[in-house]
Amino acid sequence: MNGSEAVVRVRGLVKQHGHGQVGVRAVDDVDLEVPEGEMLAVMGPSGCGKSTLLHLLGGLERPSAGEVWLAGRRVDTLSERALARLRRRSLGFVFQAFHLMEELSAAENVELPALLAGRTRRQARQRAGELLERVGLAGQARHLPSELSGGQRQRVAIARALANEPLVVLADEPTGNLDSTATLDVLRIFEELRSAGQTLVIVTHDERVAATADRLVSMRDGMFVEDVRMAGTGTGRLGDLIELEG
Amino acid sequence: MQDAVLAMLAKEPSHGYHLRALLRGSLGPLGESMNPGQIYVTLSRLERAGLVVCEQADGLPDRAERKVYALTAAGHQRVTAWLGEVGWPKPDLAEFHLKLVAASATRLADPVELVAAQRRELLRRLREAQHAILAEPAGSAAALLLEGVVLRMRADLRWLDACERAWSEDGDEAGDA
Repeated sequence: MNGSEAVVRVRGLVKQHGHGQVGVRAVDDVDLEVPEGEMLAVMGPSGCGKSTLLHLLGGLERPSAGEVWLAGRRVDTLSERALARLRRRSLGFVFQAFHLMEELSAAENVELPALLAGRTRRQARQRAGELLERVGLAGQARHLPSELSGGQRQRVAIARALANEPLVVLADEPTGNLDSTATLDVLRIFEELRSAGQTLVIVTHDERVAATADRLVSMRDGMFVEDVRMAGTGTGRLGDLIELEG
Repeated sequence: MQDAVLAMLAKEPSHGYHLRALLRGSLGPLGESMNPGQIYVTLSRLERAGLVVCEQADGLPDRAERKVYALTAAGHQRVTAWLGEVGWPKPDLAEFHLKLVAASATRLADPVELVAAQRRELLRRLREAQHAILAEPAGSAAALLLEGVVLRMRADLRWLDACERAWSEDGDEAGDA
């Protein structure tokens, strides 16, 4: 990959549902570049098109018009088979409802993408062990999803998303089903991934997720209405955040 | 803060430096922003108000850290009253609402733009609070206080969304009326 090439690049992206006068543009002529290592949050009200955008980036839906490039390779024109292969090997998905395989243990869920990508059982197991350790679940490796809390399931899902060292992690409302403690756990992991240079695109309603991103794009009616770089972390003095009067 | 200092003296008389250490312990890193002399300023105010009395510890030189503070009867009453109070800060939203009304009426600014600018500022503060929480061990005093800060900011951000909806839908009509 060329260092100056954005990991994700879309041009004139359109997703239209229905045709002609009655057609609705869920995504309406969007341009976007996400450089390597950036954590991008996409916010907007329900129905603004942000989940559709994520599906287009991840090859889960095909655009009506426009182009999607991943690491310098055009992907919207790939065959179904090539697209499925790309999703398996180069993308990591995290969903609101976790989407774990209920009959597999945490470790097996994390191993699965590596096995599907052609790794040996031993490689997959080793990688899963490292990743579960990284998300603080080394002790729960043999647990079934039903034996884990919501926050733990989402951490397994994040570990699974990382199994094949994806170009980009695409997350759709990753904290939507989590309480505040579990949300913090997920944000801590995202923060670590970001420090490690992982590119992340996160669609979210949760202002806490948006506030920890490098960049925030706001969507309304399928279009970007704002694109803000979130620089710095302030003074770091807690006294600036809470009134403490004498 | 005056009330909190009084309440800490309700159990037994104490030195100023001990009170300061108690406060810092209860507030975690938040207490770091407290001015070292602040506790003595507060104590002398309370003394002037007749809520505490100050005695020199016996036989020691006249130094601030040798002073022992104790509650008066009035001080005890005030602590009881404070613990029973249910006062709570009221949200201060009317001014921002009036700003939007003024922007629209004078056409000097676009209310939806003002909402967007305000949202950026709140997100910036939320980012600070969020980074502060992530740096805290879970369950610490500062993390608990910061969770309150974050919850309020999230409520304010939701309210800004409501303002944006209202002014995007009615903005044109209101301007033309």
